[in-house]
Amino acid sequence: MLEIALKMLFRDRAKYAMLVCGLAFCSLLMCQQSSVFCGIMMWTTATVRNIGAPVWVVDAKVEQANEVIPMRQIEVDRVRSVPGVAWAVPLYIGIEQARLSDGSFQNVQLTGLDTGTLTGRPMDMHAGRIEDLRLPNAVVVDQVAVEKFRRKGITIRLGTTFEINDKEARVVGLCHVSRSFLGQPYIYTTFDRAIEYAKPARKQLSYVLAAPVPGVTNEELAARINKLPGLRAMTNDSLFWITVWWYIKNTGIPISFGTVVLLGIIVGIAIAGQTFYLFVHDNLRYLAAFKAMGARMPTLAAMVLLQAFSVGFIGYGIGVGLASWFGNAVLAKETPPFFMPWQVPAFVAAVTIFICSFSALIGLVKVARLEPAIVFR
Amino acid sequence: MSNLAISVENVVKSFAAGDTRAYALKGATLDAKFGELLMIVGPSGCGKTTLLSVICGTLKCEEGRLDVFDHDLRKMKEGQITQFRCENVGFIFQQFNLIPTLTAVENASVPLILNGISPREAERRAGRVLADVGLADKLHSYPSQLSGGQLQRVAISRALVHEPRLIICDEPTASLDAATGQKTMDLLKSSALQPDRCVIVVTHDNRIYHFADRIAEMEDGRVTAIINDPKDYHHQ
Repeated sequence: MLEIALKMLFRDRAKYAMLVCGLAFCSLLMCQQSSVFCGIMMWTTATVRNIGAPVWVVDAKVEQANEVIPMRQIEVDRVRSVPGVAWAVPLYIGIEQARLSDGSFQNVQLTGLDTGTLTGRPMDMHAGRIEDLRLPNAVVVDQVAVEKFRRKGITIRLGTTFEINDKEARVVGLCHVSRSFLGQPYIYTTFDRAIEYAKPARKQLSYVLAAPVPGVTNEELAARINKLPGLRAMTNDSLFWITVWWYIKNTGIPISFGTVVLLGIIVGIAIAGQTFYLFVHDNLRYLAAFKAMGARMPTLAAMVLLQAFSVGFIGYGIGVGLASWFGNAVLAKETPPFFMPWQVPAFVAAVTIFICSFSALIGLVKVARLEPAIVFR
Repeated sequence: MSNLAISVENVVKSFAAGDTRAYALKGATLDAKFGELLMIVGPSGCGKTTLLSVICGTLKCEEGRLDVFDHDLRKMKEGQITQFRCENVGFIFQQFNLIPTLTAVENASVPLILNGISPREAERRAGRVLADVGLADKLHSYPSQLSGGQLQRVAISRALVHEPRLIICDEPTASLDAATGQKTMDLLKSSALQPDRCVIVVTHDNRIYHFADRIAEMEDGRVTAIINDPKDYHHQ
């Protein structure tokens, strides 16, 4: 009878199309919006992921990765003095103004890497060598800088020069890194030069990056550093999640995306539930005929459930497929942000299962109450 | 084997109607024999269809005795009655009740599938029965592509495909013109009626009374007369 159930469903093309479209739209909406939300959250943690240090040390009052409270450079030595530290290096991150050759300005995220080790260097170099950062006035720029400068009519290539706070910067490398939340280009240089580029200030150390000796975990090391007054140490993972949760709690981003996802669920329930109810209702007479002919309730329930979950499965596949296609299309441009971890399709699958179960339940209630004798009326 | 296929005695069936109960059957008594076509006739609302529903087990009666092929339906549980219907009863409905999205052969194969036959084998057997009723070239036609007479022939095939012992027909000619109705009854009598089978037809259509072996006349929830020689019977 399951084959019969599928034929009844697939051959009722109008309702079948309506059901699949409804569920596909709802899956697409939920999947796409959740992925854009995850993409934004990934943007907020771009610095953490781009640098990727085992342990991050910041001022005790810092709440998330994009909030920089400058520290004294002596904090690097304080961290180095903690037992279990294999190495600790300074990192400068600050928003600076770059002046292009045509006189226009562009805010950039200046990242000053430890001069000796270049810890936190970009891993994906498209042109040039990261070691060339040690040359005079050398900077490495990311793909966003190339794109933003190009829009202003300036093609960045190796050797291109511009100014950061009136000091010359010469491009010695092009890299690809995760885009930042505010969309400012990452400009990499050495820590010492970053201090020179930055506006003068009493405290200019943004982060201390540290790693444990063998036998000490990142968590243990972070716990030990946390005992130092005025400092807060976190593992890369901790800083990532602290930052994500900070944006979830302190911005309207989750509410706006959550509303759209909720709308997707409501639209799914409304369209799929109503259409499936109509589908079952229209077939009630035939289901009663099956019942009269000897179909038991479990058989009829299996038929209804198979029909509901078939459209659910197909609609889900189309919806997630379209969302993935959208993601693929925008990934090259990196805007809007799009990141689809496995949890997103899993969440959408769970919601789709709920919608299908709800729809099937409405139909099943009708079928359970069905008197086979109605076929004679 | 006794010649008595069905024995109904003083059967009572009522339905809730607001605060009161409306009695559809008020002690109906009826016997049906193997190898006969029994027609139940009577005015609208006299309880014909209710009696038919009770006999085939789609409705439960409240009082009386109800033996179908030596099975006391009143003592059987819901699941057992469903199984009994599945194996022993073939249905022909007034509105055909053919699934519009299934082809003729798929519609006719449903009772076999319900009896656990594989869909392929069920369709093969259904195709044979459809060919017997003259629809060999319409096996893969949808109900919307068939005429009223052809639809009723598909319905007859569906009722016969699993070789049930009881064929229940509710107004089988009501949706057909006179000529098609006669042909349908001819077909029903020739193909459905077997010595080990019983056909019960509920009808208003006095043009088909002559097909009956016996006629049970009903009025106000009771069987009021049994006509053993219905050749010249004309219900008033």
